[in-house]
Amino acid sequence: MSTFIQLTVNGLANGAILALAALGFVLIFKATGVVNFAQGEFLLIGAYIVWAGVVTLGLHWVVAVLLGVAVAVVMGIVIERSVLRPMVGESAIAVIMVTIGLSAVLRSLVQGIWGTTLRRMPEIVPETSVSLLGAPFPVNRLWAIGIALVALGGFALFFRKSHYGVAMRAVADDQQAAMVMGISVRRIFAMSWALAAVSAVFGGTLVAIMIGVSIEVATFGLLVFAVVIVGGLDSIPGALLGGLIIGLTRQYVGGYIDPGLGEVIPYIVLVLVLLVKPYGLFGEVRIERV
Amino acid sequence: MATATGIYHTNYRQDLALRQTRADWVRLALLVLFVVVAPFVASPYWLTILNLVGIAAIGAIGLNILTGFTGLISLGQGAFLAVGAYTSGILVARLHWPTPLAIVAAVLLTGVVGAVIGLPAVRLKGLYLAIATLAAQVMIIYLVRTWDVVTGGVDSLVVPRPEVFGTTIRSDFIWYWVILAFVVVATLAALNLFRTGLGRAFVAIRDQDIAADVIGVTVWKYKLWSFAISSGFVGLAGALLAHYRSIVTWERFTIDVSITYLAMIIVGGLGSVAGSIYGAAFMTVLPALIQRAGQAIRDVLPGLSQQLPAVQLGVFGLVIILFLIFEPRGLARIWERIRDYFRLWPFRY
Repeated sequence: MSTFIQLTVNGLANGAILALAALGFVLIFKATGVVNFAQGEFLLIGAYIVWAGVVTLGLHWVVAVLLGVAVAVVMGIVIERSVLRPMVGESAIAVIMVTIGLSAVLRSLVQGIWGTTLRRMPEIVPETSVSLLGAPFPVNRLWAIGIALVALGGFALFFRKSHYGVAMRAVADDQQAAMVMGISVRRIFAMSWALAAVSAVFGGTLVAIMIGVSIEVATFGLLVFAVVIVGGLDSIPGALLGGLIIGLTRQYVGGYIDPGLGEVIPYIVLVLVLLVKPYGLFGEVRIERV
Repeated sequence: MATATGIYHTNYRQDLALRQTRADWVRLALLVLFVVVAPFVASPYWLTILNLVGIAAIGAIGLNILTGFTGLISLGQGAFLAVGAYTSGILVARLHWPTPLAIVAAVLLTGVVGAVIGLPAVRLKGLYLAIATLAAQVMIIYLVRTWDVVTGGVDSLVVPRPEVFGTTIRSDFIWYWVILAFVVVATLAALNLFRTGLGRAFVAIRDQDIAADVIGVTVWKYKLWSFAISSGFVGLAGALLAHYRSIVTWERFTIDVSITYLAMIIVGGLGSVAGSIYGAAFMTVLPALIQRAGQAIRDVLPGLSQQLPAVQLGVFGLVIILFLIFEPRGLARIWERIRDYFRLWPFRY
């Protein structure tokens, strides 16, 4: 029983973080139709900036996170301008490949600046353990769930209530109609990249709290694909549910059967879902016409 | 050198020829000359690189059949290479099959595995399919690592030197000719594939799958064929890699390998057989050059030479991005442009 609770809490924490990371992915896909293979590297950069802010510069962690957000905004806009804008109208393969190239460049930047050694994230949230129904587990998992939920709620509120959030949803719905209504589609594109990078700062920091700051953060980010496919590429509730499904199965299988299998199970789930529902659980079914 | 100002075919034989102008033949002659002379003048280091280029070229041709000609993105190239390499390696090392037979078996098995992995392609396309192949990549490598009774797991599998007609192939020089023969066969096979109904069906699916369906191409069947044939080529590359390196480890077949191969066909040119070879050469020689440069500046800038893996990765990514932005049709297109310029010289058009 205590193992079960421990695995469930870990799974929920992983799931919440994955949902947050997937949100950035879905954001870009919905608004711009681009599949961002560099989302894992966005997490990586977010984690490293916050780490460097706290450890290297000695800032308070709130300031460090704000710094991370600022860097993320600039990075998102620069990437959209320099890499993605020339690719408008190119084939899907080309756009996917350009983001794969981008992920290689970003990863090499991180490796070049900070090397490959594993570093501990400084104590942002308390690292004590509490016992819950007889099972000890670290409090930082609970914090991770809480922070991820707050961030997700914040983004949801942004989309529902704010001026720009509504504009972004309009662009995602129909670019031409949005343009006619006076929305600057270019600006929305840049903004969705910036926002995706910002969500990755939170996601990356939370991942780093759990597994440490290293290139592994980006590997964790690879799971985002499993999440978005299970949930449906263009669905934000799908990202949340997909995150929880993947996070929990990964922990249960890893804990009860075999840790190695736990790493692979997300992909098995993903293939099974695709075989039954080719557009994911909540993805919009596209009817194509020639 | 004057060249023909147009191509006028007066009989079917001319129309079917792979090479149509005198310039084509001259180019082929120069290529043959380079290929024959290269192993005699190359240093052992560069000879190894040439061999690896040859193997990569076969793999890249295979991937290009799937991605460039049929329009199905695959992130599972590394896993297909692994299937080929492990099949051939295990058959020779554990079951003591003769090497040529093992290579044939590897090609067939990888083709079958490819078709099975391609099954989701019956319903999926685009990104969903790319992710499905990513899943296949992760699962196959997991299988390789855990099924240690057969594959040796995380330890490497040692493959004995191949023995053909009583002689052991040991030196890079002999390997060069063996690999070259395979590259020539693979190239001709691929070039001719796209002159058959099968190959034309692939191209039709790439250009517009629904339209292809309407004109009578059974899309799902040809998608599976594309996966099978492409994987057959990749299996051959994997098997050759196993025997050439005489050691097989799962680390040589990770997702990074899949990405490198995608980079090859993008840099070379999607949907171009010649482009696959240019791309394979480019992406194999580039790391070697970076490594050389790193060694050269070790004394001047010791810090930078330690960053070599990072630099290499970054250059890879940059090359992909720059090619896609500035020349999406790759080296093959650049070559065409240069050729056209000189063909019409001194006139612009």
